[in-house]
Amino acid sequence: MPKDHGIGASQKRREDVRFLTGAGQYTDDINVHGQAYVYFLRSDVAHGKINSIDTAAASAMPGVVRIFTGADFEGVGGLPCGWQVTDKHGEAMKEPAHPVLAQGKVRHVGDPIAAVVADSLEQARNAAEAIDVDIEELPAVVDMKAALNAGATKVHDDLSDNLCYDWQFGTDTETVDAAFAAAAHVTKLELRNNRLVANPMEPRVALGEYNRAKDESTLYTTSQNPHVIRLLMGAFVLGIPEHKLRVVAPDVGGGFGTKIFHYAEEAFCTFASRKINRAVKWTSSRSEAFMSDAHGRDHVSTIELALDADNNFTALRTDTYANMGAYLSTFASCTPTWLHGTLMAGNYKTPAVQVNVKAVFTNTVPVDAYRGAGRPEATFQLERVIDKAARELGVDPIKLRRQNFITSFPYATPVAVEYDTGDYNATMDKMEELMDIPGFAARRAASEAKGKLRGLGINCFIEACGIAPSNLVGQLGARAGLYDAATVRVNATGSISVMVGAHSHGQGHETVFPQVVAEMLGIDESMIDIVHGDSSKIPFGMGTYGSRSLAVCGSAMVRATEKIINKAKKIAAHLMEASEADIELKDGQFSVAGTDKSVAWGDVTLAAYVPHNYPLEDIEPGLEETAFYDPANFTYPAGAYACEVEVDPDTGKVTIEKFVSADDFGNVVNPMIVEGQVHGGIAQGIGQALLENCAYDENGQLLSASYMDYAMPRASDLPHMANYTVDHSCQTPCTHNPLGVKGCGEAGAIGSPPTVVNAVLDALNSAGHKVAHIDMPVSPSRVWEAMNS
Amino acid sequence: MANVSMTVNGKTVSGEVKGNTLLVDFLRQNLHLTGTHVGCDTSQCGACNVSLNGDVVKSCTMFAAEADGADLTTIEGMANEDGSLGVIQAAFQEYHGLQCGFCTPGMVMAAQDLLKKNPKPTEAEVRHHLEGNICRCTGYHNIVKAIMAASGQDVGAIAAE
Ligand code: FES
Ligand code: FES
Repeated sequence: MPKDHGIGASQKRREDVRFLTGAGQYTDDINVHGQAYVYFLRSDVAHGKINSIDTAAASAMPGVVRIFTGADFEGVGGLPCGWQVTDKHGEAMKEPAHPVLAQGKVRHVGDPIAAVVADSLEQARNAAEAIDVDIEELPAVVDMKAALNAGATKVHDDLSDNLCYDWQFGTDTETVDAAFAAAAHVTKLELRNNRLVANPMEPRVALGEYNRAKDESTLYTTSQNPHVIRLLMGAFVLGIPEHKLRVVAPDVGGGFGTKIFHYAEEAFCTFASRKINRAVKWTSSRSEAFMSDAHGRDHVSTIELALDADNNFTALRTDTYANMGAYLSTFASCTPTWLHGTLMAGNYKTPAVQVNVKAVFTNTVPVDAYRGAGRPEATFQLERVIDKAARELGVDPIKLRRQNFITSFPYATPVAVEYDTGDYNATMDKMEELMDIPGFAARRAASEAKGKLRGLGINCFIEACGIAPSNLVGQLGARAGLYDAATVRVNATGSISVMVGAHSHGQGHETVFPQVVAEMLGIDESMIDIVHGDSSKIPFGMGTYGSRSLAVCGSAMVRATEKIINKAKKIAAHLMEASEADIELKDGQFSVAGTDKSVAWGDVTLAAYVPHNYPLEDIEPGLEETAFYDPANFTYPAGAYACEVEVDPDTGKVTIEKFVSADDFGNVVNPMIVEGQVHGGIAQGIGQALLENCAYDENGQLLSASYMDYAMPRASDLPHMANYTVDHSCQTPCTHNPLGVKGCGEAGAIGSPPTVVNAVLDALNSAGHKVAHIDMPVSPSRVWEAMNS
Repeated sequence: MANVSMTVNGKTVSGEVKGNTLLVDFLRQNLHLTGTHVGCDTSQCGACNVSLNGDVVKSCTMFAAEADGADLTTIEGMANEDGSLGVIQAAFQEYHGLQCGFCTPGMVMAAQDLLKKNPKPTEAEVRHHLEGNICRCTGYHNIVKAIMAASGQDVGAIAAE
């Protein structure tokens, strides 16, 4: 009988009721009396010098309150980058200014030039059309390698070139070179990790409100981390102290990383509302989102794998160009380095691993973390080169992987991380069982009988979640701590509010977090509510990204609940005139061991707030505790995925016929929600592999700027339920957090792209087409070309 | 400005709109029915789906004035009279067919449209019917399950086939 309560129960989500009845409250659903609307006039050229901006005629148009340009932001801070990377020569990365509104130059299509604030959005938009901007178009740099050529146009005139940093990490060059020289076989692959747009279905929104009487600002915003926004915007951009700035992220319609970052529009609405003493609202259109939300991925890599005569991996080297876009977004610098380089060992005991990354400025939208952030890029390179090596050597790709698996833990990789636990053979076994690998030959024959090619793709991955500990990430360049916090407030009648730093934008925290507290206290989940998303109500926590909510914030909540239990036991001991050491808590009852004496949870909580019979000399009244939790290490979820595709040889069209994921997430609190996270991640991964591509032309024009040109995965692009299994039954609990959880939000997006591409290449090569690689998205035209060239 | 009146979720409503006021803006801003969402500006995502005279329509793609006199149902009108979740809504909760909830109203409206016209759809038919609805969170898997379950089919058996 599956559990229906506490840890391990697939409880139905309580947040669903409001979302299913239209009662959710997303940022755009919030309106403040008297609010004005802002429309941003954005650059339609990729690179240009602003000669003049004449707003006189526009300012006189009906409803216009005020028009802002870059000049209004002189003396105001720029948008900060939260991570300083040190390059291989020991020098700090180049960090160009990122003004809220363009100053002097525009550097990508979508760069905001002016902001019109008016009584209505329509008036603001009309007035923006009347602004006379004289921009002298400059040559644009789009291709990363061309951007690094001597004499290339510079994105930032005050920098020496377009190289943000040249980073090297892992095993030293001499050792790696020696390993390659001694190799029996070397496999090399050049590949691109396609540029993507995260596309949460809720476009970004910012609503700035100023209370002049109290000199306080409130920003309602579509953010994954309201406290981080308060910190960055308050301290670095606008100079507003924390106690005068409240940031609220209410219901948020998906994030996938792109709502981590501090954006110009947030700072603008807050700034402008103070200037005009009136609330200012911005709601992004989808077209605007394509040119103002940070993009993801966009790496070009060369990877080489060295093997000895027994097919053991002996060395790995990768050279990556990582596109930063025109400015450094909040965590842009960290993604290709510490979230990518550290994962290059994968699941394998390769003794020498070296990672080289050149981060490059181009005249494109800034690029930053997107679901998986760095780990999908690492996994794609590694698992593609392993697959290619298996084909070159004529060995079974599953056997080659198994032979090189790390099997004893803890394991320190050559790229600085220590995996605490895992069992990669177990997830591989599970995947093989669920996939029915022996049945593949018959399925292939059936496809062939229909005139289709069929391929089987295998992939393993490891990721690092719950990025921490703070002292380590500080050494690596993080400009923030990466702990999280929770306050458990027990009320007099025993009900509980838990204020958490994590933010839920689809993950179901309001359901899952109470399951943990309910389990610990032995009370019903219905007595517990989660409060999140409002900096004025929650302790200073870092929000939700990198699959960290339960591993980091959940751990803080456990620690705070433990403090509650300790104090409650003292109160119970007093009430029952027993020794604290003898008090046991079970099913919401405190009892004295070995006796039939007990008091209920509610008796103890009432005593805490009505302390008539209470040990006031020893403990304070009340029952409320806060804990901050700073993890000792990352967590390391891992898994084995498999996919079967059919390729139509006439059209090159690829369809997913069967898909299996076998993940190890450690302990699982709500299996239903975990599986949902994997489904979503896999859909995004299949989207990246087959459909999605953010394309620019050579002049820096964004070609995929709407759903007409950017192919989002739809229901019919994904496998049918009879051919699709997500499994998380292999569980090696994390050894260093109290819940033994690892994080599940990104796995699907990391594990699936190489699985799909490997399957397509298996289909083609097995049919006699010698195709080494096809870049994502593996579109019909690319497949057809590969087969017919 | 023109006066429009229509029936929304069983109530007669009216308001002053401009000729170019979109139906979705009339619902969200004039009527404060914010359950209907806007996810795109190219009629591709279906977050704005409502039922108009019994057919699902994208409320971002028509003017409020065009709905003058119409009978509309929005997500706010989908629950049972006692406030409990309707069959489709309950199935979405039961099968975890939503995560962030932003696409959900449009999905529920698309689902009721399908089940009215095709009470026992196949999985392929459900997936095909959702061509105009984008969800970024769920990978559609549980949405498809929820819709099939709401039609009274045994999704456990279908998945095990
Ligand atoms: S908002 Fe109507 S289809 Fe996207
Ligand atoms: S549940 Fe988030 S877009 Fe569908």
